[in-house]
Amino acid sequence: MRENLDQWDYVIACYAIGILTILVMVGWSWLTMRAAEKRRDKARGK
Amino acid sequence: MHGFANPKRFLSLAKWLTPLLLVSGLILTSVALIWGLFYLPPDRLMGDTVRILIVHVPSAWLGMGGWTAIAISSLVFLVWRHPLASLAAQASALPGAVFTALCLITGSLWARPTWGTWWVWDGRVTSMLVLLFLYFGYMALAQTVSRDGGSSRIPAIFGLVGAINIPIINRSVVWWQSLHQPPSITIGKSAIDNAFLVPMLIAVLGFSLLFGGVVLARMRALLADVQTEARLRRKVAGAN
Repeated sequence: MRENLDQWDYVIACYAIGILTILVMVGWSWLTMRAAEKRRDKARGK
Repeated sequence: MHGFANPKRFLSLAKWLTPLLLVSGLILTSVALIWGLFYLPPDRLMGDTVRILIVHVPSAWLGMGGWTAIAISSLVFLVWRHPLASLAAQASALPGAVFTALCLITGSLWARPTWGTWWVWDGRVTSMLVLLFLYFGYMALAQTVSRDGGSSRIPAIFGLVGAINIPIINRSVVWWQSLHQPPSITIGKSAIDNAFLVPMLIAVLGFSLLFGGVVLARMRALLADVQTEARLRRKVAGAN
């Protein structure tokens, strides 16, 4: 039996997951870095 | 090389390099993904699923690259005791794990319409899954050591031992019969048409710049945490 799969469904799912994952990773890394550096500056009394 | 092990010098470099890597990485990745999604011609055999490889292949390389960075940084830490090398190893774990997971997910999405199955327990796919578990183990170990105290040498040794999986992943399609295709790109050779090779190399460059930017951002966060803790300890000791 031959399945009728639309290849574009898989392509779009792949790109959506890829873009979302990368944006979350970059955004989270940037925000945690800024928060950690703010904590350090506060501890230094800056 | 040893000069950059100085946290002050590292911070002065990382302050402008982090946003530069992240922004240029985001631009190149966007170009590659738009190219892959809208302008890449369908492959004669794979059809439109070839577009998935623009995300899958760079993710696979960086999944392996992440552990290679952990192993090299761990070796530098064990030999020269540079604390920044230990932070670099810890910082490489998150993007490495993310790209390994992305490689497995996008590989699965490619396999379903191409092989007719989401998953096969062959050498390449299984060794990549083992790599993801190694990342989880490394991150848990590094987190425990930094939270509860303990020698940073333990995650460093784990990072070095885990590197044995990298040549296994690389050679798995040669050593064992597999559904996964053999390497299409080797040193100095490529079996891939330029219509596909160019956007894929742009994606590799874009993903690599993002990887570098995230590693620097994680290193800055880890370094700031260490410095905050040291400052607070000194304050407490001074108050007593």
